[in-house]
Amino acid sequence: MLKRKSAAFIFYKFVPRYQKMFYMDIVVDRVTKTYGIQKAVDDLSFSVKTGEVLGFLGPNGAGKSTTMKAITCFLNPNEGDIKVGGVSIRENPNEVKKHIGYLPENNPLYLDMGVIDYLQFSAELQGVHPGRIPERIAEMVRICGLKGEKHKKIRELSKGYRQRVGLAQALIHDPEVLIMDEPTTGLDPNQIVEIRELIRKIGREKTVILSSHILAEVEATCDRILIISKGKIVANGTPDQLRKQAQGNEVLNIRIEGGDRNQIFETLQAIPSVALVDFINAEENKFQVQSNVDGQSARAIFDLCVKNNWYISELIPIETKLEDIFREVTMN
Amino acid sequence: MKQIWIITKRELRAIFDSLMAYIMIVAFLGFSGFFTWLYGGDIFYVGQASLQTFFQIAYWTLFFFIPALTMKQIAEEKKTGTLEILLTKPVTDWQILWGKFLAVLLLIVVALALTLPYYITVWKLGPIDNGAVWSGYLGLILMSSAYISIGIFSSSITNNQIVAFLLSLLIGIFFHIIFGALAGSMTGTLGSVFNYLSLSTHFESISRGVIDSKDLIYFLSIIFLGLIGSEAILAKRNTN
Repeated sequence: MLKRKSAAFIFYKFVPRYQKMFYMDIVVDRVTKTYGIQKAVDDLSFSVKTGEVLGFLGPNGAGKSTTMKAITCFLNPNEGDIKVGGVSIRENPNEVKKHIGYLPENNPLYLDMGVIDYLQFSAELQGVHPGRIPERIAEMVRICGLKGEKHKKIRELSKGYRQRVGLAQALIHDPEVLIMDEPTTGLDPNQIVEIRELIRKIGREKTVILSSHILAEVEATCDRILIISKGKIVANGTPDQLRKQAQGNEVLNIRIEGGDRNQIFETLQAIPSVALVDFINAEENKFQVQSNVDGQSARAIFDLCVKNNWYISELIPIETKLEDIFREVTMN
Repeated sequence: MKQIWIITKRELRAIFDSLMAYIMIVAFLGFSGFFTWLYGGDIFYVGQASLQTFFQIAYWTLFFFIPALTMKQIAEEKKTGTLEILLTKPVTDWQILWGKFLAVLLLIVVALALTLPYYITVWKLGPIDNGAVWSGYLGLILMSSAYISIGIFSSSITNNQIVAFLLSLLIGIFFHIIFGALAGSMTGTLGSVFNYLSLSTHFESISRGVIDSKDLIYFLSIIFLGLIGSEAILAKRNTN
């Protein structure tokens, strides 16, 4: 009897309890969505691969939320199609919904429900096998740090904890795709860091899309950034790629002491790789040096200083910030 | 079907967690009990072992109570945004509406079940037409279903609960008395059309113990029309 039991146990251990699809790419294909006469999303196409965290950026009303709502089958686009793991949202929305965890903007919750009840409800609705529900809830409570709050009603929770409940709700069925609309609004800095870490962790094996207008957040959590404006894509790439694209030329802020400023100015301008020299602060001998395309001037400047017996007291390479890129691509 | 039941369970829990259910049941039993047993044309005044008086009173009390129960069903979910959460889970609009419909209906059935002691009491008092009693209860359930469906429809139109409440009363009053009154003052085809539209005609014939397929079709079509209308309104998020 005992022997049979242990054999059964081993069998149970090694047979996968449910088959999982690991690859769930999202392909958005020429999607247009209009509200009345206004085009919220205009012929938008992009794709996201499994294991990628895509940051969705854009000014208010750019169509971020609308796109997310279309992917999660809440809204049907007027034109175009979206495929999640090869399944079209038009043909089989219920199949698509099963593989998506969604945290909407403002994180709506049933305030009258208890945390555990709510997670139970979400799990049942998502079709989690009844036997696995307690285990999944325990897992979510652990991952989202809800241990101290799990017996409270959602109404009694602070905003940060509500956000965690929202996230737990989205992850309860272990979805392959996670879509979050502004997941960190209203959280304190510690919570923001925690949620970001969580997103990064989740993002390693899942397909994640998150929107935000906090640029630092997107830079910290996302592998790729998509900036949209007026329903169209205006920039697409990794943070580094975007920076390179926008920056073009190398810009240095330098302060050179030990010589006459006008003489230094002229010598700097004589360097072949330098395109433009400007005074930032003439009194303190501070200059801004802009190089030619693909040119690098730091070494030449250093050699020049050695030759003339000047010394560099400051040298700051100026990076184009994501903010600048954002402003540049969304302002016109 | 499973999805509908999950929604129903949540709704029932929400109704029972929020005193709403208890207030509704106590008020319903209070009103109907008072007028059935103690006041005006009550059972003793009628002097027959019949529950007709109770059915007439319940017919009116439910008319006012049901909009109060249905007003928040969709309106609140729209307002707080939980509808978006719900609709992005693997459920259809149709399943959500049926789930909510069933939850309110079950509450009404519980309230009606609690009036069964009236039945037993009257049974003890004299010879009662059991068939008429059961068909009276069936009539109340059908009539409640029709108003629940109208209530859910009103609730899906707006995200303001008060508007939903008033709107379902407004739609309800047509079926409840206006069509009947019009039928009374008109003759010919128009008169019989209004007579058919009037809910009280069908309710009365059922509560007298006559279960006609014509009446059943009438109630079922109101239920389906209400829910189809609600679904159309929910689907409007895609077109506007």
